[in-house]
Amino acid sequence: MRLSIPLSLTIGAIVVAAAAACGGQPAPPPTPAIDSTAIRDSIARAEAARRAREDSIARARAETERLANERRAAEESARLTERVRGMIMELINFDFDKSNIRAGDAAILDRKIAILQANPTLTLTVTGHSDERGSDEYNLALGNRRALAAKEYMVNRGIAADRITTASRGEEQPLDALSTEDAWARNRRDEFAIAAGGQTLKAPAGM
Amino acid sequence: MMRSGLFACVALVTAGPALAQVTPPQEGVRVGITYQPGVRPGLLVLDGPGDVRLDSIRTILRRDLEYGDEFELITLPRNDTTELGVGSGPSGESVNYDLYAALGSDVTVRVRAGEPVTVYVYDVRTKTVRRELPVSVPPLHDPGFRMAVHRVADEVVRAVTGQAGVAATRFLFLQRGRIYRIDSDGADLEAVTPAGARTFSPSWSPSGRQAAYTEFHDQGGRLYVQDIEGGGRRAVGTTERGLNYTPVFAPDGRTLVFSRSDEGGTDVFTYDVERDCCIQRLTSGRFADNLSPTFSPDGRRIAFVSTRAGLPQIYAMSSDGTGQELFAPFDYGVTGSSNAPEWSPDGRNVAFHRDVGGSPQIFLMDVQSRTVRQLTSAGRNEDPTWAPDGRHLAFVSNRTGNRQIWVIDLETGRVRQVTRVGEARLPAWSGRMY
Repeated sequence: MRLSIPLSLTIGAIVVAAAAACGGQPAPPPTPAIDSTAIRDSIARAEAARRAREDSIARARAETERLANERRAAEESARLTERVRGMIMELINFDFDKSNIRAGDAAILDRKIAILQANPTLTLTVTGHSDERGSDEYNLALGNRRALAAKEYMVNRGIAADRITTASRGEEQPLDALSTEDAWARNRRDEFAIAAGGQTLKAPAGM
Repeated sequence: MMRSGLFACVALVTAGPALAQVTPPQEGVRVGITYQPGVRPGLLVLDGPGDVRLDSIRTILRRDLEYGDEFELITLPRNDTTELGVGSGPSGESVNYDLYAALGSDVTVRVRAGEPVTVYVYDVRTKTVRRELPVSVPPLHDPGFRMAVHRVADEVVRAVTGQAGVAATRFLFLQRGRIYRIDSDGADLEAVTPAGARTFSPSWSPSGRQAAYTEFHDQGGRLYVQDIEGGGRRAVGTTERGLNYTPVFAPDGRTLVFSRSDEGGTDVFTYDVERDCCIQRLTSGRFADNLSPTFSPDGRRIAFVSTRAGLPQIYAMSSDGTGQELFAPFDYGVTGSSNAPEWSPDGRNVAFHRDVGGSPQIFLMDVQSRTVRQLTSAGRNEDPTWAPDGRHLAFVSNRTGNRQIWVIDLETGRVRQVTRVGEARLPAWSGRMY
């Protein structure tokens, strides 16, 4: 190797020197040959790129649409859940010192029964309340009976007993702190709360 | 309700409630004095040489004795510097009984400076020293000062009537979901439970050192027994489930009786808090609620509320749940709801409230004869609780607008207001704080 490199450099130098010494017409620049394969490839590549671009736009558009649909569905579901939740939370009221379900309130409990049937993992807590007029201690027992009355109504119509727990607050948590007939009537109530299974709620058929 | 010395001679002649000879005091026995409505022995608390602490003692004593309702307090024009009628002679101190008698006093109380402070109770009619009480009272600003003076007042009452007064007592009560305590004279209000906790139905242990009560949680209410001084508390076993309320100690302090509301209805249970075991259900509430129990002072009977006849009424049973019977008679369909019974410390009466025309009123039932009488009539009056003397009864009344604690003296009918707070409910009167 030590010999060959200097040798080739020497030969190259001789050729360059000879050409310069000859002078005359310079050689014409070589005309590039038309390579049709390359052109076709290039066009195809461009076309592919365009298609890819369009596909991606279409995909993005579809994705956006899908997301929008999903969002719409989620919103619809949330709206529905909210509506069903509202029906679950709907209070029922009681006559003074009474714990029987009033005729007008049966429909409210019937809606809750349909919702419990459409949502098998849903469980509820019923809390009974009273107005301030009776004895403070007795009112806890009265609130308990009011909660039990709602539970019994629903259990008698096919809801499993372990899906409804009961509680009472007597007169300790009034909705309306006034001492009027209206306030008392509002305060004599059962409140319903979701204990579990209420993240997404289906509406029963026809609601 | 005080009378001046001017009327004293008249009272002396017409009333003449004589104090008997000095007799060794016996608990529960009234010595020498018979109480008649409107006729109470006159009592004079002497002023003395100016000393802020002694003057505070005299002021608190006067108020306690006034609140005790046993005496007609005699007020004189204020003179802080002389011990009226007490002189010193060659044979020691002389006491001018004739002067006290002329002022209308049957009993005169003197607070003498010294260490210890000595309180003299003079029997004016027999001209004798009825009692000489050396009392150790803490410094004026010590937290125990007022209660120590209340104890002196109770001893003065004992010296005269044979039974201690009830000044050295306290109330527990509920204000907007929080439990407070206050001394029987309405001083020293302090919160017992922390702010934010939703509590209910406080009661005292017989020693007065602990409170039992309910604390609500999402699904119900749990019972706690809390030290009044340290504030440490422990949950009562088996009460983590259901709504447990109205805990009341048996007189021996070992058993707690309470109401529990759950899916089975509302029933009365007992629990042994000393051994932390042995829950026992005393009533069966399939079709009725049973609640608000109270022990007889011998611990053998329990009065309670039951809806077994429709509206809540007062029933009684043995402490093991046997022998259940109607206790306070009522007319079916006529008598209003009856609630919140509390058995008197002497065992003779049960106090409760009963609806009369839509408002609760305080009633008393004589346990022997089962006769019932109404004590109040104006406004709402509810949730009676007995003083340890069985003579005073506290209750909640809205007669001045909002609910406050009031005390009635059953012998004279005198009434006084204890609390002046935002709202007071469910009072529990302690035993004597000794």
